[in-house]
Amino acid sequence: MSTATEHAHDDHHHHMPTGIKRWIFTTNHKDIGTLYLWFAFIMFLVGGAMAMVIRAELFQPGLQIVEPNFFNQMTTVHGLIMVFGAVMPAFTGLANWLVPMMIGAPDMALPRMNNWSFWILPFAFIILLASLFMEGGGPAFGWTFYAPLSTTYSGDSTALFVFSVHIMGISSIMGAINVIVTIWNMRAPGMTWMKMPLFVWTWLITAFLLIAVMPVLAGAVTMVLTDKFFGTSFFDAAGGGDPVMFQHIFWFFGHPEVYIMILPAFGIISQIVPTFSRKKLFGYASMVYATTSIALLSFIVWAHHMFTTGMPVAAELFFMIATMLISVPTGVKVFNWVATMWRGSLTFEVPMLFALAFIVLFTIGGLSGLMLAITPVDFQYHDTYFVVAHFHYVLVSGAVFSIMAAVYYWLPKWTGKMFDVTLAKWHFWCSLISVNVLFFPMHFIGLAGMPRRIPDYALQFADFNKWISIGGFAFGLSQLIFLAVVIKACRKQGEPVSDQVWEGAEGLEWEIPSPAPYHTFETPPVVK
Amino acid sequence: MAEQEYQKYYVPEQSPWPIVGAVALFLIAVGAGNFVIESTKGESGFGGWILLAGIVTLLVMLIGWFNNQINESMNGMHSDQLGRSYRQGMSWFIFSEVMFFAAFFGALFYARVIAVPWLAGEGNNAMTNEVLWPGFEDMWPLTKTPGGTETTAMGWMGLPLYNTIILLVSSFTCHFAHVALEKEQRGKLKLMLGLTVLLGCIFLFLQVEEYVHAYREMNLTLQSGVYGNTFFLLTGFHGMHVTLGTIILIVLWLRIMKGHFTPKNHFAFQAGSWYWHFVDVVWVMLFFFVYIL
Repeated sequence: MSTATEHAHDDHHHHMPTGIKRWIFTTNHKDIGTLYLWFAFIMFLVGGAMAMVIRAELFQPGLQIVEPNFFNQMTTVHGLIMVFGAVMPAFTGLANWLVPMMIGAPDMALPRMNNWSFWILPFAFIILLASLFMEGGGPAFGWTFYAPLSTTYSGDSTALFVFSVHIMGISSIMGAINVIVTIWNMRAPGMTWMKMPLFVWTWLITAFLLIAVMPVLAGAVTMVLTDKFFGTSFFDAAGGGDPVMFQHIFWFFGHPEVYIMILPAFGIISQIVPTFSRKKLFGYASMVYATTSIALLSFIVWAHHMFTTGMPVAAELFFMIATMLISVPTGVKVFNWVATMWRGSLTFEVPMLFALAFIVLFTIGGLSGLMLAITPVDFQYHDTYFVVAHFHYVLVSGAVFSIMAAVYYWLPKWTGKMFDVTLAKWHFWCSLISVNVLFFPMHFIGLAGMPRRIPDYALQFADFNKWISIGGFAFGLSQLIFLAVVIKACRKQGEPVSDQVWEGAEGLEWEIPSPAPYHTFETPPVVK
Repeated sequence: MAEQEYQKYYVPEQSPWPIVGAVALFLIAVGAGNFVIESTKGESGFGGWILLAGIVTLLVMLIGWFNNQINESMNGMHSDQLGRSYRQGMSWFIFSEVMFFAAFFGALFYARVIAVPWLAGEGNNAMTNEVLWPGFEDMWPLTKTPGGTETTAMGWMGLPLYNTIILLVSSFTCHFAHVALEKEQRGKLKLMLGLTVLLGCIFLFLQVEEYVHAYREMNLTLQSGVYGNTFFLLTGFHGMHVTLGTIILIVLWLRIMKGHFTPKNHFAFQAGSWYWHFVDVVWVMLFFFVYIL
């Protein structure tokens, strides 16, 4: 697909900065990508620790370990951290590392702004985490901060929550603008739209979604702020507003947000599966069209989160049908991955293991999503553990598994050394088994009626909850293996790898040396 | 494409400004959060000072960053490709601003078309009206809320109409300034841009007048129900954008006085003028949906 890259090597006019200054002042897409990925990993562990608190409390029925208000803070901040602190920054980190290398660009289009987008994030999360220690506690209204929980019934920390979400949003928007401009304007000669790797395509569309909906989230938190502190009544019927309006505005952001967290995952899987099947991706063009249609449809399905709010029947039907339509392009994607593997010469290296687990487990999450999309059925499932099972299948064994697959796939390119394969396989198998012990029984207790976000439950759910908690602890511990693999890799332990790293890998990033030099493609390669 | 000589894309060296900007936003967020808590409780605290420190830091950052940027541009380090990056980046930024306003226009639409009629018993909501809000009637502007707060509606004649005309004219003067820049007519450029700034300031002054009038004489406040809420948040955020736009234009005007910008190389001017046209369009939407309808 592309030609040699003799010009790819570092020319040394930039002296290589060292120490802490390198990371704080950096304008280098690879450094910033590394920062994003480490930040995301740390947040993943912090948010994971909160999930451990939740599972410890739910290990047995009755109130055991934490106060209900603290339990609510844990569910809230766990969600916020995993969405805005772990999954999104991890994908942005991957985009930073990979997009310029995949399209043959010297760096991101706006390198200084790139640094700014990253360094806002640690500060935003310091604010969010510090608010947990305020008088009255941190945010306890769920990551969806529905009014009036977040207005009438919330604590002072809501103000800090609002402003920390504001600056997270600024960070995401700048990051997305950077990605979109890089892809639009920085492609090497010959890298036409329909030659772009799918990871680049999916991130282009993700960036568009981010720019379109993060400002709407900013609007929603602003209205919560004025409702709580300045006496407006956007979400208060006494002043002519409506709490349900909050849900409309929030989910107009929130549903595209869901695809922001899964489209890059689709891109990653579409890079990995062909490599280890030693075949071209089946249906490249249909993948592009499917991604685009998912993104467009994501704007007209938001109210499927709100079937039980008493909307008119016509609206319920509309949102049900629109939601089900999404399964068509999603089905196209799953079909294409399977068809790519069909009669390929498959090998099962660690990235491929995670990719395969993704395809199966994401599909389970997709199918339970389809069940939830059916309005009358949702009346029973709404706000039960079935919903929790659904979105953890798509987010943990979907998005998070894809991030792990990506890290294992590109880590040798970043460090120049093969990671510890034995440990990585342990990580995979422990994660795969525990994630299912953790989330699969949630389907059953959800269908049986166990409500989510409550620190206690009826006795008949006790056995399943015990197993869920055991699965949860095991999954949490398994991630420490991942930490060990990554630390070993960062210390450059392991066998040196070739430029191509994986036998079947294709694309510009596999034509530059391993480890990738500090500056790549200062003169663009010509893609044929 | 391939046979063209490739002009190297400028990748800046390390810069201290982004981290200063991140610290500034941190101070602003912490300060604003605490300031809001303290001021609504009537307590004294450091919130306001932290907020102020954050704003000052942000200003220092902007000056330093733009200084670097302008020097690079004046020294010809910017390729055409980089110029395209800037233009595209600015366009997407404006798109994000459009979506920010869309959230509030959405709230206006929902309150007016759905929430208020439902509270008045429309559709299958008869009992909502009868049991919860007896006697509440559907109207827009909502001059009497279900809770009983009364207010007056802001008409579109008078100040709002003048302001519309002022902003529309300023959009033209801004455009003429751009044309003058491209034709290298510096005198006309200074005049037209100066006029635009002046019109922006007059707009802001009249807007403040309107707010004072609303608060003092019309009993139209931020607390007067969803009509006042959407009115003040939409016009208020628009006013903040006009303020920012005016500051941008003033900076551009100062740079022009120093002899910056050429007919071909004037991204900053173009970005500022796009921004100005954007706040104009938002105003026209506002005038139509908030004032007239």
